[in-house]
Amino acid sequence: MTIGIVLVSHVTELAQGIAKLIQQVAPDVPLTVAGGTADNGVGTDAAKITQAIDANPGDELMVFYDLGSAKMTLDLVAEMSPWVIQRYDTAFVESAYSAAALAQAGVGRSEIETQLKPLIIK
Amino acid sequence: MLDETLLFKWMTEFDHQIQTDKAYLSGLDAEIGDGDHGDNMARGMSAVMHTFKTPNQSVAEQLKAIAFALISKVGGAAGPLYGSAFLRMSKAAVDTQQLDQLIQIGADAIADRGGANFGDKTMLDVWAYVPAMLEHHTLSSAGLAQLAAHTKPMQAKKGRASYLGERSVGHLDPGAVSSQELFQALLKAQSALKTSPNQALKNGTD
Repeated sequence: MTIGIVLVSHVTELAQGIAKLIQQVAPDVPLTVAGGTADNGVGTDAAKITQAIDANPGDELMVFYDLGSAKMTLDLVAEMSPWVIQRYDTAFVESAYSAAALAQAGVGRSEIETQLKPLIIK
Repeated sequence: MLDETLLFKWMTEFDHQIQTDKAYLSGLDAEIGDGDHGDNMARGMSAVMHTFKTPNQSVAEQLKAIAFALISKVGGAAGPLYGSAFLRMSKAAVDTQQLDQLIQIGADAIADRGGANFGDKTMLDVWAYVPAMLEHHTLSSAGLAQLAAHTKPMQAKKGRASYLGERSVGHLDPGAVSSQELFQALLKAQSALKTSPNQALKNGTD
């Protein structure tokens, strides 16, 4: 099972910036992002999130997000999606980075989740 | 009883109110949030009105179209919250068109989606009380205004305002105010249909 990582942020550049940070340590982990609204304003967009999920070739998707409405839009999308999606209420940058680095090293999802536990903040 | 005519009139009234109060709602949001609630809702409601151009939709189909318009166009937290309410109402509308039951289902959907409780200074502080008011025929514009006003002394526990902690006290919750306007629009639509059902029917099928 390949782990894929999806980043959901209110801001396009924030999602892209964290992706850049992560790719440095996890170049082989499938990574897709959804940042901002349809016109790249501040907010979240269900269609962009769906696209990021559909475009990610990972078998198990671990999704990280920044603030509340990202979580709600994500949950709505997840309910309508056929894919296995796990959403984490963890510190955005630290947990996405940690999960990606561990996935790159071949660590499985349950072990990654154990490592993410101290990062649960929301 | 929520039929196609009332739903159209209700959303028309709500759209009108939201477009009129766009700056006011964003202003309320600027005090304790990110300042875009009015603009977000205005964009969403324009998309909602667009859905009525598809002819011959049942109430359930129309509610679903409204939900998707709000989910895809609002952008802020109000999108998934209002969207989830209308989405679950659309599923329920296949079996019931009782307004109080549908609004209760919508309120439950909002609570589930946002994880808020009563008194958390959210739109739920309006939605939660409306079903009983509808059931007992006590829903009034003044009563709705009072429900929204009650959010002022509350400290926000959910949403962007919760990051302000005690500083959120003393401000109206913008989502509660737009919800107040939603149900005031329902009252307006109901009374307009009572006074001139034929005219309203004509508009509804326009």
